[in-house]
Amino acid sequence: MANMANVLGLIFANMHETSVADLTKQRTLASVPFGGRYRMIDFPLSNMVNSDIDNVGIITKDNYLSLMDHLGSGDEWDLSRKTGGMHLLPPYGNSNALYRGRLEALAQVKPFIESANAEYVLLSDTDVVANIDYRPVIDFHEKNGADITVVYGRGTFTTEQTMTKTVLSVNSDNVVYDVLIRPEISGEHNVSLNMFVVRKDFLLDVIRDAESRNLYSFEVDVLQKRLHDIKVLGYKYDRPFSQIDSMNTYFKSNMSLVDKSLRDELFMSDAPIYTKVRDDAPAKYGIDADVKNSLVADGCIIEGTVENCVLFRGVKVEKGAKVKNCILMQDTYVGAKAEMNFVITDKNVSISEYRSLAGTESYPVFVNKGVTV
Amino acid sequence: MKHVKKECVAMLLAGGQGSRLYALTKDMAKPAVPYGGKYRIIDFPLSNCVNSGIDTVGVLTQYQPLVLNEYIGNGHPWGLDRVHGGVHVLPPYESSLGKSWYEGTANAIYQNISFIDRYNPEYVAILSGDHIYKMNYNKMLEFHKAHKADATIAVLEVPWEEAPRFGIMSADENDVIYEFAEKPAQPKSNLASMGVYIFSWQNLKKHLIANENDEGASKDFGKNIIPAMLAEGNKLVAYHFDGYWKDVGTIDSLWEANMDLLDPNVPLDLHDSRWKIYSRNPVMPPHYASPESVIQNSLISDGCNIEGLIDFSVLFAGVTIEPGAVVRDSIIMPNTTIKKGAVVEYAIIGEDCVIGENAKIGARPESIEDKDTWGVAVIGHGVTVCDNAEIKPKAMISENV
Repeated sequence: MANMANVLGLIFANMHETSVADLTKQRTLASVPFGGRYRMIDFPLSNMVNSDIDNVGIITKDNYLSLMDHLGSGDEWDLSRKTGGMHLLPPYGNSNALYRGRLEALAQVKPFIESANAEYVLLSDTDVVANIDYRPVIDFHEKNGADITVVYGRGTFTTEQTMTKTVLSVNSDNVVYDVLIRPEISGEHNVSLNMFVVRKDFLLDVIRDAESRNLYSFEVDVLQKRLHDIKVLGYKYDRPFSQIDSMNTYFKSNMSLVDKSLRDELFMSDAPIYTKVRDDAPAKYGIDADVKNSLVADGCIIEGTVENCVLFRGVKVEKGAKVKNCILMQDTYVGAKAEMNFVITDKNVSISEYRSLAGTESYPVFVNKGVTV
Repeated sequence: MKHVKKECVAMLLAGGQGSRLYALTKDMAKPAVPYGGKYRIIDFPLSNCVNSGIDTVGVLTQYQPLVLNEYIGNGHPWGLDRVHGGVHVLPPYESSLGKSWYEGTANAIYQNISFIDRYNPEYVAILSGDHIYKMNYNKMLEFHKAHKADATIAVLEVPWEEAPRFGIMSADENDVIYEFAEKPAQPKSNLASMGVYIFSWQNLKKHLIANENDEGASKDFGKNIIPAMLAEGNKLVAYHFDGYWKDVGTIDSLWEANMDLLDPNVPLDLHDSRWKIYSRNPVMPPHYASPESVIQNSLISDGCNIEGLIDFSVLFAGVTIEPGAVVRDSIIMPNTTIKKGAVVEYAIIGEDCVIGENAKIGARPESIEDKDTWGVAVIGHGVTVCDNAEIKPKAMISENV
């Protein structure tokens, strides 16, 4: 087994934000709410902690207030430590410090990487919902002497989806022999889960080289261009995962959690997904509550009808209201006799009495944070 | 080591066995008993302390302290992991004098005089660790200061017929207490002590030492300290509290206190964000209600998976209710599974239990002819009840059946 104390985790909080632009107007992708009580970053962060990686840097770019609020000192993930622990790494340096890609982001945190007491670095974005044990990934990387190990998953995708992804060709020796970035090819493919393992000294060489050549994209300038000069291996993750690439996938992926077997795969008791604690009371069901096929978080008060929904913490559904096929984020208020179908509400939305809102399965209506309808 | 001075230190008496909760307190002290879907009883006084601005709390443990010690940990869930102050678990200890077990409430505080003195406080709040209530101790402290009292005792008006179960205060129109009677057969007042006291520390310390030197004393606040203060002419005042307060010392009162949370007319709102009750939160996804489930008038916590019928019940985190199972008027503690077709009525089921298929636990009072044989059925923590078993009302089960 690999020595996980030798691994530095680095999470990119801002990548892929355009794929769910409505949700990232005032927050990073990392702090997008998911699954009734989580934020996207809870998955990579908890996965790292559950894999004994206790030194994690979180690279931010902009809009990171909500992320800071969510993470606090890192103690909910048991990452408030004397040595290592969680470090939020905001943009740093001169005024044009906002990076264009992973390589520039890494260049900005180079001193942090250099000073880390680690042999390997695990890079991860925050667009994947999965429960991954990174220990066998590090083992695989170490045993095979790879320069870069890319974690990939296999699935069937539409053209719209592949146009947001990195598609890999991997041979039977786990060698990645082709990398297509955002191709228009529907069908069954291996897609990068945007998690990479590299040796720290290799990564630092790559960063220094990129700085001197003004390169910024890890995928284009390293993975693609240097694919045949270096040893790039693919590690197949074959348990369920969901990669948030559009509002449509976001909606479906939240809804898929009503499946118990999927929930059991994702929220395992020996590898739990941690999140910020809110200290809400248990959910309260009133005398006329009628809830079917839904996930309901603590702090909700339900007096009306709820069907095929994901209700985040502190949602209130008044008497006579009918909510179907909806994702209602934290503290959404649904007034008496309001009707909603295929709606996603951001935090603190208020739907007045008797209002009716309807979207469709492929185009759910989205209501912005704090809006009263 | 020099400590930062604190105006008020709280001492929480959490050593109680809670013997009338039988199977539920076999392996844990009463303050650790689960309550209200995600809490343990001690969350109430601890949260009250934090919400009242008291950040230094000693928790006196004695009986079965393991669960309580682990639960309190470093005090982080209540915001009591502090550089100065914070929460400290204070078990009995052996000193050069050879003393050990806490022999009474006053003796427990006496043995921790040095803990309190480290913070050099003006006042000490003495609290019970086994009552359910929301109370602002800071307001009580202001009252204590305004009255220049030596001791302030929180009191509650109770029905006269219940008064003999309590410590009863007689107070004049200025709230000055002139008489105190512990569980009087013929009560002269219906002002009951809630077990919440604020003392001016130097005076209390003097009384604790005197009481300790009195060989015949039972070393108890109600029996010794309060009467001694009255006899000496100290100023004791009654602080009236009119909110929700419940001593959950018996199975019936524990059951009722949970059911009270489902009654919109009971003034104990756990959803009030201005006075949150903090607890160690389970790390579990939101609960799931299946297409076949029916849930009404209930509290359901994270991690539950519900495919049966739930009515007038409180479900703690991680409870599984299989299809066709029915739970009415009951309390199901964390991580318990109720299997297919089982019927649970008027029951308290402990943590980590398994209720087998088609088992029948408890019964509705209407269905029993002889009302004396009826009562809430209790299944202790970790018990497995086999398929088709029948557990009668009022039963107390602590071994697998």
